[in-house]
Amino acid sequence: MKIKAQFGMVMNLDKCIGCHTCSVTCSNTWTNRPGTEYMYWNNVETKPGMGYPKRWEDNDERKGGWHVKNGKLELKAGGKVSKLLNIFYNKDLVEIDEYYEPWTYDYENLINSPEKEHQPVARPKSQLTGEYMDITWGPNWEDDLAGVHETGHHDPNMKNLDEQIKFEFEETFMMYLPRICEHCQNPSCVSSCPSGAMYKREEDGIVLVDQESCRSWRFCMTGCPYKKVYFNWKTHKAEKCTFCFPRIENGEPTICSETCVGRLRYIGIVLYDADKVLEAASVEDEKDLYEAQLGTFLDPYDPEIQKEAVKQGIPEDWIEAAQRSPVYRLAVEQKIALPLHPEYRTMPMVWYIPPLSPFMNALGGQVDSLSPEVIFPTINQFRIPIDYLASLFTAGDTKVIKRVLQKLVAMRTYMRAKELNKPFDKKILEEAGMTDDIAEEMYQLSAIAKYDDRYVIPKSHREDSGDMFSHQGNAGYDFMEACRSCMGGGAAADPLEYYESGFWRELDETSPKGV
Amino acid sequence: MTNLDIFLWVILPYVSLTIFILGHIIRYNYDQFGWTAKSSQFLEQKRLRFGSTVFHWGIIFVFLGHVAGVLIPKQWFDAIGIHDDMYHFGAIWFGGIAGIAVVVGGFFLFLRRVSVKRVIKNSSVSDYVALIMLGIVVLVGFTNTAGYTATGGDFDYRVTIGPWMREILTFQPSEAMILAMAGAPIGFQLHVSLAFVLFAIWPFTRLVHVFSLPLKYLRRNYVVYRSNKPVIKNKDTHKKEIN
Repeated sequence: MKIKAQFGMVMNLDKCIGCHTCSVTCSNTWTNRPGTEYMYWNNVETKPGMGYPKRWEDNDERKGGWHVKNGKLELKAGGKVSKLLNIFYNKDLVEIDEYYEPWTYDYENLINSPEKEHQPVARPKSQLTGEYMDITWGPNWEDDLAGVHETGHHDPNMKNLDEQIKFEFEETFMMYLPRICEHCQNPSCVSSCPSGAMYKREEDGIVLVDQESCRSWRFCMTGCPYKKVYFNWKTHKAEKCTFCFPRIENGEPTICSETCVGRLRYIGIVLYDADKVLEAASVEDEKDLYEAQLGTFLDPYDPEIQKEAVKQGIPEDWIEAAQRSPVYRLAVEQKIALPLHPEYRTMPMVWYIPPLSPFMNALGGQVDSLSPEVIFPTINQFRIPIDYLASLFTAGDTKVIKRVLQKLVAMRTYMRAKELNKPFDKKILEEAGMTDDIAEEMYQLSAIAKYDDRYVIPKSHREDSGDMFSHQGNAGYDFMEACRSCMGGGAAADPLEYYESGFWRELDETSPKGV
Repeated sequence: MTNLDIFLWVILPYVSLTIFILGHIIRYNYDQFGWTAKSSQFLEQKRLRFGSTVFHWGIIFVFLGHVAGVLIPKQWFDAIGIHDDMYHFGAIWFGGIAGIAVVVGGFFLFLRRVSVKRVIKNSSVSDYVALIMLGIVVLVGFTNTAGYTATGGDFDYRVTIGPWMREILTFQPSEAMILAMAGAPIGFQLHVSLAFVLFAIWPFTRLVHVFSLPLKYLRRNYVVYRSNKPVIKNKDTHKKEIN
């Protein structure tokens, strides 16, 4: 048994209002540099919709993740030999236009324009070519179902749905899906990187790109089935969500979580058996992957596990944090959080509590007096089709989704009865496999959890790290600190200049990166 | 032996190779961040496909051809029974095909670089310098094979350029071979001396990615872990791999 600690996140989708605050604060923190304009390490998609980049979920075409071939787990885009043979041209690469062509506006025209009959206009200008362009696609182009009557048909999750689901106004449904890097237990991006520049941190499972070793081979972008590894077209290096490791190491939540208006994010660690991951990711039936992944997690309350974990060097405060972990509770104990697209076989570590709304409407506002016979069949008539949720979170297994929704409904009904002193039919809880205590606990954690309950983040043990100097540059974006013009003050250098390689510099002679 | 001969066939190679080796060492140590293949596929891929694939595969075989023709002594071929006729047949046909691949692929890459707006805007001076220098060396070299050797030219680079190059590499240039170089057809002279100019700028361009061909990947575990802690118990889990 090889015990590893791993950070995970749970998002409670019922609470997401699609405000994009997470995306904005993430962008301000990490991707406000040239070459990263188009990157959204955190983005919020409206589902149904094509997503970002377009049709990222269609991994029959995009070739992200793993598949089982002759009983063996193999990268969908091809193994090591095939990668080296195709290194000169990656035929499965998603081009920047599938995200969008980044643009800015010709603001100067607003000031310099001569007097005219009409107001001057700031025309959009491509940041790739500097030329005027027509905007035909952009980030969140499909926000709040905009144009879904056209784009919705391209949502790969609609493939499994019957024709009955139409995009007609009366039948429309939607939900928000905030996405970050999954920091998978079995990351296919790391496995796709020929240079070994991508790695998983031994201590906390965070997946990072070593900016110094990245050689621009681009296979990670194809390898990631969530399309969460981005290509900086200025520096020619891969970049991705860092799980805000500088904050996490200091016991603070990621910036997307910290600023989440709906307080829907939870961060904690789980202990898992690394020796079990390959086997779990290789199970034949896609629908078994969810259970298989649950099977890799270890019980932090088990004294045997604790003893072994200490022996293997997991700090004791981390074991304690694993016990208090909201991720462990929601995913393993309460089983109401589910992994996103487990069928990609990467064992993702950002899990989701599926959305229930609009629950009241489905029951016609008579929730107080309802019996389980009425409530649970109603789940099938929820606005968001069960099949759709199953396609997102359980590789199409509707049984699991129904069980989760049933629990959420039972918890709500129970709490409503309790708060209003109404009679409550205990059968509702029993049928969902719950007790009063569990319902209460679920309510505490999913509805009113405070900051310290939502984020149980043990600090990293930096005192244990040996030669910090040798790690310099490994973790990613230290060059951001040196970007004088990004930080205000100092000489106003062109930020573009900084990202040129250290040689053949065209703009100034200050010390290049790396020296 | 004129001063020009000494410059071209002794000084230039040594200066160039010194810059080539030191340049790579220094850049590798101080500019890991800039050491990339500088792929532009993300910005434009339709026109890259043919050019890049054909060019790169071609140049691999061209490289192997140069090893066979210049670095391996003619006597070795004779010893294993590969005679002049067989060698020349191979050199002209295989070398010719690889050469065509490089010229055609390179031409497509060049066209792409000068006509696709996104690529133009995101090219540095070094990209153009590398491409143009490489293009000239390739064109001159290809002309030698296709226009001279294949049409019955009687200059045998295996008894002139080959030995001279090996003498340079073993630090014992001889007057005889320098004179042999001075007497070589102008095409061959140009190809060799321009190649050395290319080697001198090589470490400062994107061409360094040649040395990053990630063969290590073949022997690596799929998932790479890096540890913060200094104690190395398990070799697999701590290695920092740079190609």
